[in-house]
Amino acid sequence: MSISVGLATGLYGISFGALSTAAGLDVWQTQVLSLLMFSGGSQFAFIGILAAGGPAAVGAAVVSAWLLGVRNGFYAVRMNPILDAVGLKRFVGAQLTIDESTAVATSQETKVLQAKGFWLTGAAVFIFWNSMTLLGAILGNALGDPKVWGLDAAAAAAFLGLLWPRLKERQALAVGALAFLVAVITTPSLPAGIPVILAGVVAVIVGGLNLFAKRSSNKRAGE
Amino acid sequence: MSIWTGILLGALAVYSWKFLGFMVPHTVLDNPRVGRIANLLTVALLSALTGVQMLTSGATISFDARIPALVVAALLLVFRAPFIVMVAAAAAVAAIIRLL
Repeated sequence: MSISVGLATGLYGISFGALSTAAGLDVWQTQVLSLLMFSGGSQFAFIGILAAGGPAAVGAAVVSAWLLGVRNGFYAVRMNPILDAVGLKRFVGAQLTIDESTAVATSQETKVLQAKGFWLTGAAVFIFWNSMTLLGAILGNALGDPKVWGLDAAAAAAFLGLLWPRLKERQALAVGALAFLVAVITTPSLPAGIPVILAGVVAVIVGGLNLFAKRSSNKRAGE
Repeated sequence: MSIWTGILLGALAVYSWKFLGFMVPHTVLDNPRVGRIANLLTVALLSALTGVQMLTSGATISFDARIPALVVAALLLVFRAPFIVMVAAAAAVAAIIRLL
């Protein structure tokens, strides 16, 4: 699972590398983004704003990446008791706290398997994401439009694959459907990155009021 | 602000969320409501990212080859295909449709 998630993210990484050079960043800038920012959504938001607004939009690109990264903070709250990481391990763990590592970890049954899933997936994604970013950036011009290779569809499919195992209960299905609609419908009218955060508000409202919950699932809801 | 400054500042900003989450006491998740919200938040954000990645280009909603690609991906998920096979199939479907 960890390796296949890493490989899938690698496809996404080629797409990021190629799109980043197309947005006007050089290979080094692209690579440093993947090494230090290491959060696909934030990185795509960053280069997307730069592609549309040019160097004058760097400030907006930073804010957009920052806002899109907020979900990682919530993932970190979830991962903290599972990892029990202190010192250097906490600093490294924080950097690896992303969609994929959290999704794999929280789909495991026991705490030991959750921690193992987190570290293996985080490491696999970090390695594949960065090496494929480099490959994508170098091949960027030769590859031409990444859409020709369907890499944008691959990125969407990767998110769908991570989402899929989490859609078992009615409440999760309702939140997933609402979040999908909110994010897509508000995209034309809100700055890049904000629709995804707004979709998170759906989870806060539904979770806070415990809407759409079956009685039988209430006991398990706080897992 | 130069692009390099933006890259370093943006990286620090994204990392700040990640690290902040590790500073919150464990007891935050003892509250069933917080735990439920955290679970649903993952679902909401992954679903929103799927939607944005599937149906938008920049600031516009667009219906293109990504839709049949995602239908194929969903079918493969129903039949429990391996993750990498599902993702590769989605890329292939979109690429072939655009080639035709």
